[in-house]
Amino acid sequence: MTVHNTPEESLIVVKNLCKSFDDRSDGVLNNISINIKKGDLVSLIGPSGCGKSTFLRCLNCLELLDSGYIRIGDVELSRGDISRRPDAKMLEASHKMRAEVGMVFQGYNNLFPHKTVMQNVTLAPRVVKKMPEAEARETSMRILKKVGLENVADKYPSTLSGGESQRAAIARALAMNPKVMLYDEPTSALDPELVGEVLQVMKDLDSEGMTQIIVTHEMQFARDASDYIVFIDKGEIVEYDDGDILFTKPKNNRTKEFLRHFKGTGTAVNY
Amino acid sequence: MKNMLKMIAIFALLLFPARLASAGETLRWGGDSEGGFPYMFPNPSNTDEIIGFEIDIVDELTAYLGMTPEYVNNSWDNLIPGLERGLYDIAINGLEVTPEHEETVNFSIPYYKTFLQLAVRVETQDINVLDDCKNREVGTLKESYAQMVLEELGDVRIRTYIVEANTYEDLSNGRLDAALFDSPIAIYSAGFNPDIKFVGPPIGEITYAIAVSKENKELLAKINEAIVYLRDSGKLREIYDRWNLWSPMMAAEFNDYSPRKVDKTRYDEWAETRGPKLTLGRRLRRYAALLPSLGAAAIVTLQVSVTAMLIAIVLGLVLAIARVFAPKWVSVLSAAFVEFMRGTPVLIQLFFIFYGLPNVGIKLSPFWAGAVGLGLNYAAYEAEIYRAGLLAIPQTQWEAALALGMTHWQAMREVTLPQAVRVVIPPITNDFISLLKDSSLVSIITMVDLTKAYGQFAAAYYDYFGPGIIVAFIYLIIGLPFVKFSRYTERRLAEQDKDGKKSPGVNIYRMNTRWR
Repeated sequence: MTVHNTPEESLIVVKNLCKSFDDRSDGVLNNISINIKKGDLVSLIGPSGCGKSTFLRCLNCLELLDSGYIRIGDVELSRGDISRRPDAKMLEASHKMRAEVGMVFQGYNNLFPHKTVMQNVTLAPRVVKKMPEAEARETSMRILKKVGLENVADKYPSTLSGGESQRAAIARALAMNPKVMLYDEPTSALDPELVGEVLQVMKDLDSEGMTQIIVTHEMQFARDASDYIVFIDKGEIVEYDDGDILFTKPKNNRTKEFLRHFKGTGTAVNY
Repeated sequence: MKNMLKMIAIFALLLFPARLASAGETLRWGGDSEGGFPYMFPNPSNTDEIIGFEIDIVDELTAYLGMTPEYVNNSWDNLIPGLERGLYDIAINGLEVTPEHEETVNFSIPYYKTFLQLAVRVETQDINVLDDCKNREVGTLKESYAQMVLEELGDVRIRTYIVEANTYEDLSNGRLDAALFDSPIAIYSAGFNPDIKFVGPPIGEITYAIAVSKENKELLAKINEAIVYLRDSGKLREIYDRWNLWSPMMAAEFNDYSPRKVDKTRYDEWAETRGPKLTLGRRLRRYAALLPSLGAAAIVTLQVSVTAMLIAIVLGLVLAIARVFAPKWVSVLSAAFVEFMRGTPVLIQLFFIFYGLPNVGIKLSPFWAGAVGLGLNYAAYEAEIYRAGLLAIPQTQWEAALALGMTHWQAMREVTLPQAVRVVIPPITNDFISLLKDSSLVSIITMVDLTKAYGQFAAAYYDYFGPGIIVAFIYLIIGLPFVKFSRYTERRLAEQDKDGKKSPGVNIYRMNTRWR
């Protein structure tokens, strides 16, 4: 394995993370452990229901882990086992952790439809950080320029294209100045010609040193842009490695089997 | 938020002007202005004035006692419960001394005695005495002595009425075969009606007396003293002469067989208004004269409706948030409240709040009983609308807000609630229109709203047609702005969602017609 980060040098440390659901047999995570360095761009791939989305949701505490340990920056969250009920300390930690993490969801209807693009971006800084309106607008405009949306700042989400919506969603998350950006299949609902503009934003952020974790089916993007790719199956990390190595010489048979589906299909995308 | 509070404050000022304080010794007396002629009824030539032989008796009574009469209106059915509830000190409105009544209230010595009078259409030949009523359709007043008599007779198809005028109307137009009423009602309803004749001898004996609550023994003694004085001084006889209500039975009761001393002026005035058919012009002028009173009643309707709706909107939101967000047990309580209020008739709820709650020390004015009753009932419906609105917001909206670091409360306030409110405005406005109409139910708890006013005028003029159309139009006009507002909000909502998820205000069902 060519990728090996020690916990000490990593921004994100996950140890023995377990998560299950009462009403679902899939999406269960078993003893996930991984260390991710600052500035890394990591792609999570795997078959549907393998648990990759659940993993992301655990990282920003939309799901509370059953047991295990998560550290993002200085914020730590640990739980001995599922019988330990969430206490005030855990809730506080999970709230702090969310502040360190930006998240972009699947689909493109996740902007707040009753607010303009600008209001979408300024809302959290104003409400959560109590930032003055003028300052919030100024920062937000800078971010909107970065994702190329300065011209639609005063438009309502319903008038945007899918690609613009996802870029606005990225801008909204960036406005909280997160240490890590998480993306849950950010381009899966987009028309093919719109995928590139969203992936380009992620590449730009990567070159600025943002730490990013992306659940994706864009294999070409994962291979070209990621520092490394993590293959998850049946709630376990099967293997992770540099894209070229994983795609050409997977060690595990499950990885081989999964990647076979993408051989020769048009996964390449211009971005 | 501040504006909202200001608006509520202004509403409160508009709705509840300070109550006038009453001074001196007043005698609050309860009656039903719709109770009917000749007992008490709106004067046909000036409907703001209530007249009737019982009004004259109350005037003489209070004059003798040196008290100021204060009239409290209540429906006849509820006169006795209202007395127990302390809405007034005495009740007088053709209240019969019956064993059932005597269980709950005390009665004064009688001020009038009469009998039941059978009435049929002029062409009817086969009904001459009470026994002939067997297997026939007979109308009478609800919960009256006449009803009891008919029930004892057996085999009579009894139809009970609240407004006596309706009974004779139905007798005239053939829906009934006969009508059995207290003689005064019969005289004033049909004594001058060429379609109807009185048949048979006097039936039974009816004793009218003044009802006083069981506790108020002192007042009962004073009332009795006054009645004895009025009888012995001939003042009662004068009243009965004027109203054409003196009868052999009364002569025996008062031991006064002397001839009439004053003319039956009040009866003649009454018969005059029932006389030849009104011309259209006179009828329209009469309707025009009704408008100010109907306007005042419309304001009462609007006040009750708006107050009830404000209660419903605020309480409904609290209930919905409790249902969706609060801990399990609060959520269950909220759901139980909603199901209870939706599952029981609003009429029962109003009765319970107005007449039932005083038993546990909660005494609301008629206005607040009506507003709170309707408000609680509609809050249940609004809660369900809000809840549907909140649940219609996609999960990702909530998660996106939380993922941005918002607390639950912030996510609710900034993200889900504003979207839900946008969606619920049209159905809530629709509900208000429906509440406006349901507010007619407050007429049963002594409020003179639009519906009650209609009943009063219709009873006074014996005319359900014209006033009915006018009142229907007033309801329509009050509701119209809200109908418009509802349409407007629906259209706006459709425009904001024009990304294709919802129809942009085009009636898709009509589009098919282009294919034909």
